[in-house]
Amino acid sequence: MEEEAGVVKPKKNGGGRLCSLCNQRRPALKRPKTLEQICKECFYTVFEEEIHRVIVDNQLFKPGERIAIGASGGKGFIYLLLWFSYRRISNELLVYLNLVDSTVLAYVMSELNRRHNYGLDLFLLSVDEGITGYRDDSLETVKRNEIQASELGQMSMKGSRSMYGLPLKVVSYKDLYGWTMDEIVKIIGLKNNCTFCGVFRRQALDRGAALLKVDKLVTGHNADDIAETVLLNILRGDIARLSRCTSITTGEEGPIPRCKPFKYTYEKEIVIYPCHLLFTYAYFKRLDYFSTECIYSPNAYRGFAREFIKDLERLRPRAILDIIKSGEDFRISTSTKMPEQGTCERCGYISSQKWCKACVLLDGLNRGLPKLGIGRSRGPNGDRQREMKESNGTRNIQSKQCGTLDF
Amino acid sequence: MQLTLEFGGGLELLCDSVKIHNVNVDPPQDGEDKFTMKSLLAWVRTNLIKERPEMFMKGDSVRPGVLVLVNDCDWELSGQLDTTLEEKDVVVFISTLHGG
Repeated sequence: MEEEAGVVKPKKNGGGRLCSLCNQRRPALKRPKTLEQICKECFYTVFEEEIHRVIVDNQLFKPGERIAIGASGGKGFIYLLLWFSYRRISNELLVYLNLVDSTVLAYVMSELNRRHNYGLDLFLLSVDEGITGYRDDSLETVKRNEIQASELGQMSMKGSRSMYGLPLKVVSYKDLYGWTMDEIVKIIGLKNNCTFCGVFRRQALDRGAALLKVDKLVTGHNADDIAETVLLNILRGDIARLSRCTSITTGEEGPIPRCKPFKYTYEKEIVIYPCHLLFTYAYFKRLDYFSTECIYSPNAYRGFAREFIKDLERLRPRAILDIIKSGEDFRISTSTKMPEQGTCERCGYISSQKWCKACVLLDGLNRGLPKLGIGRSRGPNGDRQREMKESNGTRNIQSKQCGTLDF
Repeated sequence: MQLTLEFGGGLELLCDSVKIHNVNVDPPQDGEDKFTMKSLLAWVRTNLIKERPEMFMKGDSVRPGVLVLVNDCDWELSGQLDTTLEEKDVVVFISTLHGG
């Protein structure tokens, strides 16, 4: 396979132009951010160093901090482990490219931490939603690979590149909430299931981070995700979330702040990065990696915004950064009454309501009223909801319910 | 003409979950001297995509959000639809439109 990659014909390179950064090698991709045509080697460098600049300029971390890297879903994790242990992979193992963002994040964080002496203690945090097929069989794989990952900690990749064995914590919906997503879908159906999954996931990451006693949680949200969220919050009229969804660090007042080092990184580059990182793409191809959508997600509203963002990107790639900029510049009139952030009376989690969203949803599930807390209910539970809202005096502007808004 | 086509990021689900396809496409028709990505996409749509073609294509190109690499090189550098394909080229399609 390696030889095969060696004979790849370097013909289609934009009419013999050279990399616009080094002016020596043939370009391999066009950067959406700058429209520059650059070679693989320069790509690794600018990709990693741009993230380093974002980390430094925004002072995301302090030396000595413990940082959890949230692999939102856990699937990315299997991919990660296989990525770093590809020599031992048997073909039947599945690798999920789906959450490649958190995987690349883990790699880049580990690499920059070493290269630039951030002095951070890194941990990987993964959530098991309990979706059959999405993960079930793979959990054992993760456990099996955990040992391998540490063994392979010093394994050298691409010369000086090495991945340190990062400790892994898996928290499951079943353990935290008593319900798996499969069980929830059985009751709620496919219409509002993403609300549950999103709300539960956000808390699960926080709870997992608390168990790891970390100072911060980093997530792999990229520029495309953030632009998409800005649009969604505008469409939903959710001013409260709109004003904070572009912040690179959120929840600083809470116990565990979250930050997004990929805030300005295009998804295109994140997806291409691992293809080029393995010393030959042929190696990567040999992995029997598997990727899929969440089996429950085809109905997700977010998909429409995502598609729109991608359409915009094709017309003018800068549009993604421009939308983020618009979101950042958005200001709310000071006379507007904003929901106050308090804590949930039941579990102590941050909440602008009496009970946090997860507790409302969970209460509904446990009482056999699973629709409780979904949408603006006019059903039998509407009164109860209204009562709760009034008790908080936040009727003017509320964060509307949306599970997949994981910011 | 022999080509290797690879589908990733969920696109393989549209072609019977087979990721790598070694295919033989017809040589260029009369009047056209080159086999381009545009012709390949039309060929793929007819011959490989078994379901939901709208997940793969939009108009006569791939759906925005689908990355295309021709011999490991971003197709935006080689002229996208106008990229000329040659014997034994490797074309990779990766969707970035996955769910969260």
